[in-house]
Amino acid sequence: MKKNSFAYRVFDLYYDGFKNMRLGRTLWAIILIKLFIIFVVLKIFFFPNFLKEHAEGDEAGYVATELTERGK
Amino acid sequence: MLHNLLLNIDAGTIDWSRAQFALTAIYHWLFVPLTLGLAVIMGIIETIYYRTQKRGDETAALFWKDTAKFWQKLFGINFAMGVATGIILEFEFGTNWSNYSWFVGDIFGAPLAVEGIVAFFMESTFVAVMFFGWNKVSRGFHLASTWLTGLGATISAWWILVANAWMQYPVGCEFNPDTMRNEMVSFAEVALSPFAVSKFCHTVTSAWIIGGIFCVGVCCWYLMKKRETKMALESMKIGAAVGLVAAVLAAATGHKSAQDVSRVQPMKLAAMEALYDGGTGQGLKLIEGIEVPYALSFMATNDFNGYVPGINDLLNGYTRPDGTREPSVDEKIEKGKQAIEALAAYRKAKAEGADEAAVDAQLSIIKANMKYFGYGYIKDKAQVVPPIAVNFWAFRIMVGLGCLFILFFAVVLAGAYGFPKQLWQKRDITALPAWHYWVAIALIPLGYIASESGWLVAEFGRQPWTIQDMLPTWAAVSDLQSGSVITTFFLFLVLFSTMLAVEISILLKQIKKGPDASHE
Repeated sequence: MKKNSFAYRVFDLYYDGFKNMRLGRTLWAIILIKLFIIFVVLKIFFFPNFLKEHAEGDEAGYVATELTERGK
Repeated sequence: MLHNLLLNIDAGTIDWSRAQFALTAIYHWLFVPLTLGLAVIMGIIETIYYRTQKRGDETAALFWKDTAKFWQKLFGINFAMGVATGIILEFEFGTNWSNYSWFVGDIFGAPLAVEGIVAFFMESTFVAVMFFGWNKVSRGFHLASTWLTGLGATISAWWILVANAWMQYPVGCEFNPDTMRNEMVSFAEVALSPFAVSKFCHTVTSAWIIGGIFCVGVCCWYLMKKRETKMALESMKIGAAVGLVAAVLAAATGHKSAQDVSRVQPMKLAAMEALYDGGTGQGLKLIEGIEVPYALSFMATNDFNGYVPGINDLLNGYTRPDGTREPSVDEKIEKGKQAIEALAAYRKAKAEGADEAAVDAQLSIIKANMKYFGYGYIKDKAQVVPPIAVNFWAFRIMVGLGCLFILFFAVVLAGAYGFPKQLWQKRDITALPAWHYWVAIALIPLGYIASESGWLVAEFGRQPWTIQDMLPTWAAVSDLQSGSVITTFFLFLVLFSTMLAVEISILLKQIKKGPDASHE
């Protein structure tokens, strides 16, 4: 890869940036821990897709029944 | 279809789901406004650096570069802490508010998808250039990246506010009883809804106020400690100027928002004012018993003698000055029930393969009454009155603090520039008694309180509706056990509080280090 090419300069920007981070390392660690908690722990164990689990493939029918029955 | 219908939804599920959503939104909104506000301040500071450098004044340029890097570092900490906190709201939609999520259909999905794409590409690209690119890209490109980072965050806010505005004023959609979804018929109507425009302008300018208050507060801490005096004074001028302009703009956009609320959510306005019986030439209560004559009419209609309906008028129906009549809640309930019954009959007729005329007849009833669909779930008309005390006081806290901020920024700006000379010739804003600086620092949390109070008015004021007039909370909520919602509520409370504590701790550490530490 030529050193003056656009791709190399983009790579170099990120490579050097990440390599020389100080406070950034702490912040990235926090971001990654947070994303892990949000997408792995919370999403999988605490926030399932309710309709997918209960509607048996007929989401419109399920919601229609819910909304019409609750209106009675 | 085999599922157990929950005919009597557990009140705990509704309340805890609402509390959980509120908690998540309130915490999310602690990070967002500082991002939007600091983006403007650091953009201005870097612009000054760019212009100073271009003039060839190396010493001044170095000072402004250090100052820009310092504020960017504080921006970066807040940005990192806020990243993805809004995603949890989307999880809650899918789990706790599944009926709502399905019912809103693509109306909600489209703006949120655009927001996700814009946020990812714009912010992630330009944030990297902003932090990593000081010695890698040209000064012009770096400056553009700094502004584009802020612009990206602001555009993200636009799409989120479009989604929120649609819940308050559903436009550009048509309900499809086959798919049970509201389908978008006009993207432009949704994206450029006047309600969304007002909301965006008011919300973003209020975020700039927080940026200004934070900036001035941090500068005052340095002045109190007699450190970084030059940086503190110059940054304070910028922070106070941004704050003053923002506070005046927030007042103007707030006036426009009040007119929108008066037009499309009159019950919210009546609750904000604890106005039971409306009329023309209404005064605005400062507190109960003291009012500014005609001010409410002006705020709501731009006319000092304009008509403002009260809670009782809205419950019982009233005739507007132009002769048109607003139906009573009882009439709306009747129409809502017809729509729900017709929906059930329509779907039954379709499932049984009934003739087209019978199906069309039910469809006509749905369409004719869809505007009041949500009223079909109202058992007692008192249910459509939002919590009055919360709205009344939250509105006053927001407006009162907003007025205080205008005064505060004006005084800080005057002091920073030594205007008027007679007042400041024997005083120096960089050497005032400590309590002056403590007052400025104490205003930082008040900025957040004002901003969150605005959201309390917006969200409590539209109760019981998740979608105005179309879906109340008890129809929108999932058939869940309240125990699981309570668990995640406290999980979030711990998670968010930890994140907030970590952010404050890192911010304070970096502020104590000062701008010299920004040479990385």
